Amino acid sequence: MSLMNVFGINHSALVAQSTRINLIAENLANADVAASTPEEVYKPKYPVFSTLMDASAADNQARGVTIEGIATDDRAPRNEFNPGHAMADENGFIYMPNVNPVQEMANMMGASRAYQTNIELMNSAKNLLMRTLTLGQ
Amino acid sequence: MNWIDNSIDSHARLLALRSARSEAISSNIANSATPGYQARDVDIGREFSSYLNQSGPNIQKTQPGHMEISGAGSFDLMYRIPQKVSENGNTVEPETELSAFTENAIHYQAGLQFLSSKINGLRLALKGE
Repeated sequence: MSLMNVFGINHSALVAQSTRINLIAENLANADVAASTPEEVYKPKYPVFSTLMDASAADNQARGVTIEGIATDDRAPRNEFNPGHAMADENGFIYMPNVNPVQEMANMMGASRAYQTNIELMNSAKNLLMRTLTLGQ
Repeated sequence: MNWIDNSIDSHARLLALRSARSEAISSNIANSATPGYQARDVDIGREFSSYLNQSGPNIQKTQPGHMEISGAGSFDLMYRIPQKVSENGNTVEPETELSAFTENAIHYQAGLQFLSSKINGLRLALKGE
Protein backbone atom coordinates (compact mmCIF):
# COMPACT_ATOMS: atom_id res chain seq x y z
CA MET A 1 0.00 0.00 0.00
CA SER A 2 1.94 2.99 -1.25
CA LEU A 3 -0.12 5.52 0.68
CA MET A 4 1.22 4.04 3.92
CA ASN A 5 4.76 4.83 2.74
CA VAL A 6 3.84 8.52 2.58
CA PHE A 7 4.00 8.60 6.38
CA GLY A 8 7.48 7.10 6.52
CA ILE A 9 8.80 9.41 3.81
CA ASN A 10 7.36 12.57 5.31
CA HIS A 11 8.41 11.52 8.79
CA SER A 12 12.03 11.34 7.62
CA ALA A 13 11.62 14.87 6.24
CA LEU A 14 10.18 16.11 9.55
CA VAL A 15 13.20 14.71 11.41
CA ALA A 16 15.58 16.30 8.89
CA GLN A 17 13.88 19.71 9.00
CA SER A 18 13.67 19.78 12.79
CA THR A 19 17.39 18.98 12.98
CA ARG A 20 17.95 21.89 10.60
CA ILE A 21 15.89 24.19 12.84
CA ASN A 22 17.84 22.99 15.90
CA LEU A 23 21.15 23.83 14.23
CA ILE A 24 19.85 27.28 13.23
CA ALA A 25 18.83 27.90 16.85
CA GLU A 26 22.27 26.82 17.99
CA ASN A 27 23.95 29.16 15.47
CA LEU A 28 21.80 32.12 16.50
CA ALA A 29 22.28 31.43 20.20
CA ASN A 30 26.05 31.46 19.76
CA ALA A 31 26.15 34.45 17.42
CA ASP A 32 27.53 36.80 20.09
CA VAL A 33 29.92 34.51 21.91
CA ALA A 34 33.36 36.12 21.77
CA ALA A 35 36.64 34.21 21.98
CA SER A 36 40.27 35.19 22.51
CA THR A 37 41.75 33.08 19.69
CA PRO A 38 40.44 32.32 16.19
CA GLU A 39 40.49 28.57 16.97
CA GLU A 40 38.14 28.79 19.94
CA VAL A 41 35.42 30.68 18.06
CA TYR A 42 32.07 28.97 17.56
CA LYS A 43 31.65 27.83 13.94
CA PRO A 44 28.17 27.88 12.38
CA LYS A 45 26.78 24.41 11.64
CA TYR A 46 24.64 23.35 8.70
CA PRO A 47 22.99 20.00 7.96
CA VAL A 48 23.87 18.09 4.79
CA PHE A 49 20.77 16.44 3.35
CA SER A 50 20.88 13.40 1.15
CA THR A 51 18.22 11.23 -0.44
CA LEU A 52 17.39 7.92 1.18
CA MET A 53 17.25 5.41 -1.65
CA ASP A 54 15.44 2.10 -1.59
CA ALA A 55 17.93 -0.37 -3.03
CA SER A 56 15.39 -3.20 -3.00
CA ALA A 57 12.83 -1.36 -5.15
CA ALA A 58 13.14 -1.35 -8.90
CA ASP A 59 13.87 1.98 -10.57
CA ASN A 60 15.72 3.38 -7.53
CA GLN A 61 12.73 4.99 -5.92
CA ALA A 62 13.45 7.53 -3.17
CA ARG A 63 12.29 6.66 0.34
CA GLY A 64 12.72 10.00 2.04
CA VAL A 65 15.56 12.16 3.20
CA THR A 66 18.36 11.67 5.71
CA ILE A 67 21.01 13.86 7.30
CA GLU A 68 24.32 12.69 5.97
CA GLY A 69 26.39 14.84 8.27
CA ILE A 70 26.78 18.25 9.79
CA ALA A 71 29.05 20.69 7.99
CA THR A 72 30.75 23.57 9.76
CA ASP A 73 31.45 26.92 8.19
CA ASP A 74 35.24 27.12 8.54
CA ARG A 75 35.77 30.61 7.18
CA ALA A 76 37.93 32.91 9.28
CA PRO A 77 36.02 34.54 12.16
CA ARG A 78 35.33 38.25 12.36
CA ASN A 79 37.92 39.99 14.51
CA GLU A 80 36.98 43.14 16.34
CA PHE A 81 39.28 45.64 18.02
CA ASN A 82 37.90 45.86 21.54
CA PRO A 83 40.70 46.20 24.11
CA GLY A 84 38.25 46.68 26.99
CA HIS A 85 36.62 43.29 26.44
CA ALA A 86 37.31 40.58 29.01
CA MET A 87 38.20 38.11 26.24
CA ALA A 88 40.53 40.46 24.32
CA ASP A 89 43.96 39.05 23.39
CA GLU A 90 47.26 40.88 23.90
CA ASN A 91 46.69 43.01 20.77
CA GLY A 92 43.22 44.02 21.93
CA PHE A 93 41.27 41.85 19.48
CA ILE A 94 38.30 39.61 20.16
CA TYR A 95 37.07 37.01 17.69
CA MET A 96 33.37 36.70 16.86
CA PRO A 97 31.59 33.76 15.16
CA ASN A 98 30.81 33.99 11.47
CA VAL A 99 27.05 33.78 12.04
CA ASN A 100 24.91 35.90 9.73
CA PRO A 101 21.56 36.42 11.51
CA VAL A 102 19.74 37.42 8.31
CA GLN A 103 20.89 34.28 6.55
CA GLU A 104 19.95 32.16 9.56
CA MET A 105 16.44 33.67 9.71
CA ALA A 106 15.88 33.07 6.00
CA ASN A 107 17.11 29.52 6.43
CA MET A 108 14.72 29.09 9.37
CA MET A 109 11.76 30.28 7.31
CA GLY A 110 12.64 27.74 4.63
CA ALA A 111 12.87 24.97 7.21
CA SER A 112 9.58 25.80 8.88
CA ARG A 113 7.81 26.03 5.51
CA ALA A 114 9.14 22.64 4.52
CA TYR A 115 8.06 21.21 7.91
CA GLN A 116 4.52 22.56 7.44
CA THR A 117 4.26 21.24 3.89
CA ASN A 118 5.25 17.76 5.04
CA ILE A 119 2.64 17.81 7.81
CA GLU A 120 0.00 18.92 5.31
CA LEU A 121 0.89 16.01 3.04
CA MET A 122 0.63 13.56 5.93
CA ASN A 123 -2.79 14.97 6.80
CA SER A 124 -4.06 14.53 3.23
CA ALA A 125 -2.69 10.99 3.10
CA LYS A 126 -4.40 10.23 6.40
CA ASN A 127 -7.73 11.48 5.04
CA LEU A 128 -7.35 9.35 1.91
CA LEU A 129 -6.58 6.26 3.96
CA MET A 130 -9.52 6.85 6.28
CA ARG A 131 -11.79 7.14 3.26
CA THR A 132 -10.30 3.93 1.86
CA LEU A 133 -11.00 2.10 5.10
CA THR A 134 -14.70 2.90 4.83
CA LEU A 135 -14.87 1.69 1.22
CA GLY A 136 -18.02 -0.22 0.38
CA GLN A 137 -19.91 0.75 3.53
CA MET B 1 -16.79 -14.43 -10.99
CA ASN B 2 -15.06 -12.87 -13.95
CA TRP B 3 -17.62 -10.15 -14.46
CA ILE B 4 -17.15 -8.86 -10.90
CA ASP B 5 -13.36 -8.86 -11.36
CA ASN B 6 -13.70 -7.04 -14.65
CA SER B 7 -15.89 -4.31 -13.24
CA ILE B 8 -13.72 -3.69 -10.18
CA ASP B 9 -10.21 -4.35 -11.52
CA SER B 10 -9.76 -1.15 -13.47
CA HIS B 11 -10.84 0.94 -10.47
CA ALA B 12 -8.39 -0.95 -8.28
CA ARG B 13 -5.58 -0.41 -10.78
CA LEU B 14 -6.34 3.30 -10.95
CA LEU B 15 -6.32 3.63 -7.15
CA ALA B 16 -3.02 1.71 -6.95
CA LEU B 17 -1.52 4.09 -9.52
CA ARG B 18 -2.87 7.11 -7.66
CA SER B 19 -1.40 5.97 -4.34
CA ALA B 20 1.93 5.21 -6.03
CA ARG B 21 1.87 8.73 -7.42
CA SER B 22 1.19 10.25 -4.00
CA GLU B 23 4.17 8.33 -2.66
CA ALA B 24 6.42 9.66 -5.43
CA ILE B 25 5.26 13.23 -4.82
CA SER B 26 5.70 12.95 -1.06
CA SER B 27 9.30 11.85 -1.53
CA ASN B 28 9.79 14.88 -3.78
CA ILE B 29 8.48 17.17 -1.03
CA ALA B 30 10.62 15.39 1.56
CA ASN B 31 13.69 16.05 -0.58
CA SER B 32 12.85 19.65 -1.44
CA ALA B 33 16.11 20.82 0.17
CA THR B 34 18.39 17.94 -0.84
CA PRO B 35 21.14 19.03 -3.27
CA GLY B 36 21.08 17.13 -6.55
CA TYR B 37 17.73 15.42 -5.95
CA GLN B 38 15.64 14.99 -9.09
CA ALA B 39 11.86 15.03 -8.78
CA ARG B 40 9.98 11.92 -9.99
CA ASP B 41 6.38 11.40 -10.94
CA VAL B 42 4.03 8.73 -12.29
CA ASP B 43 2.24 9.52 -15.56
CA ILE B 44 -1.20 8.20 -14.64
CA GLY B 45 -2.74 8.68 -18.10
CA ARG B 46 0.05 6.77 -19.84
CA GLU B 47 0.14 3.96 -17.27
CA PHE B 48 -3.61 3.51 -17.23
CA SER B 49 -3.99 3.45 -21.00
CA SER B 50 -1.20 0.88 -21.25
CA TYR B 51 -3.11 -1.14 -18.63
CA LEU B 52 -6.30 -0.86 -20.68
CA ASN B 53 -4.55 -1.79 -23.92
CA GLN B 54 -2.79 -4.86 -22.61
CA SER B 55 -4.67 -8.11 -22.47
CA GLY B 56 -2.99 -9.05 -19.22
CA PRO B 57 0.63 -10.12 -18.76
CA ASN B 58 1.92 -12.68 -21.18
CA ILE B 59 1.13 -15.70 -19.04
CA GLN B 60 -0.91 -18.56 -20.41
CA LYS B 61 -3.51 -20.41 -18.38
CA THR B 62 -2.69 -24.09 -18.87
CA GLN B 63 -4.69 -25.66 -16.05
CA PRO B 64 -8.34 -25.18 -15.19
CA GLY B 65 -7.45 -24.06 -11.66
CA HIS B 66 -5.24 -21.14 -12.80
CA MET B 67 -6.53 -17.73 -11.91
CA GLU B 68 -6.66 -14.45 -13.75
CA ILE B 69 -3.84 -12.04 -12.90
CA SER B 70 -5.19 -8.77 -11.60
CA GLY B 71 -3.82 -5.37 -12.48
CA ALA B 72 -1.77 -4.18 -9.49
CA GLY B 73 1.37 -4.35 -11.60
CA SER B 74 4.42 -2.21 -12.08
CA PHE B 75 4.70 1.34 -13.34
CA ASP B 76 7.40 3.67 -14.61
CA LEU B 77 8.74 6.51 -12.50
CA MET B 78 9.43 9.46 -14.79
CA TYR B 79 11.68 12.45 -14.11
CA ARG B 80 9.94 15.78 -13.86
CA ILE B 81 11.14 18.58 -16.16
CA PRO B 82 11.68 21.65 -13.95
CA GLN B 83 10.42 25.05 -14.99
CA LYS B 84 13.29 26.90 -13.40
CA VAL B 85 16.92 26.07 -12.82
CA SER B 86 18.34 25.78 -9.33
CA GLU B 87 21.97 26.14 -8.41
CA ASN B 88 22.33 22.89 -6.48
CA GLY B 89 20.76 20.62 -9.10
CA ASN B 90 17.54 20.04 -7.15
CA THR B 91 14.53 19.93 -9.48
CA VAL B 92 11.78 20.00 -6.83
CA GLU B 93 9.40 22.94 -7.10
CA PRO B 94 7.27 22.84 -3.95
CA GLU B 95 4.32 24.68 -5.53
CA THR B 96 4.19 22.24 -8.45
CA GLU B 97 4.47 19.26 -6.13
CA LEU B 98 1.81 20.48 -3.70
CA SER B 99 -0.70 21.19 -6.47
CA ALA B 100 0.05 17.81 -8.04
CA PHE B 101 -0.45 16.10 -4.68
CA THR B 102 -3.76 17.87 -4.06
CA GLU B 103 -5.00 17.11 -7.57
CA ASN B 104 -3.99 13.48 -7.10
CA ALA B 105 -5.79 13.31 -3.75
CA ILE B 106 -9.00 14.65 -5.29
CA HIS B 107 -8.79 12.10 -8.09
CA TYR B 108 -8.12 9.36 -5.55
CA GLN B 109 -11.25 10.34 -3.63
CA ALA B 110 -13.26 10.41 -6.84
CA GLY B 111 -11.94 6.95 -7.69
CA LEU B 112 -12.96 5.72 -4.24
CA GLN B 113 -16.42 7.17 -4.77
CA PHE B 114 -16.84 5.38 -8.09
CA LEU B 115 -15.56 2.10 -6.67
CA SER B 116 -17.87 2.47 -3.69
CA SER B 117 -20.92 2.98 -5.91
CA LYS B 118 -19.83 0.02 -8.02
CA ILE B 119 -19.64 -2.19 -4.95
CA ASN B 120 -23.00 -0.93 -3.74
CA GLY B 121 -24.51 -1.60 -7.16
CA LEU B 122 -23.11 -5.14 -7.26
CA ARG B 123 -24.33 -5.78 -3.74
CA LEU B 124 -27.80 -4.55 -4.66
CA ALA B 125 -27.82 -6.83 -7.71
CA LEU B 126 -26.69 -9.82 -5.64
CA LYS B 127 -29.32 -9.28 -2.97
CA GLY B 128 -32.04 -9.08 -5.61
CA GLU B 129 -34.42 -7.13 -3.42
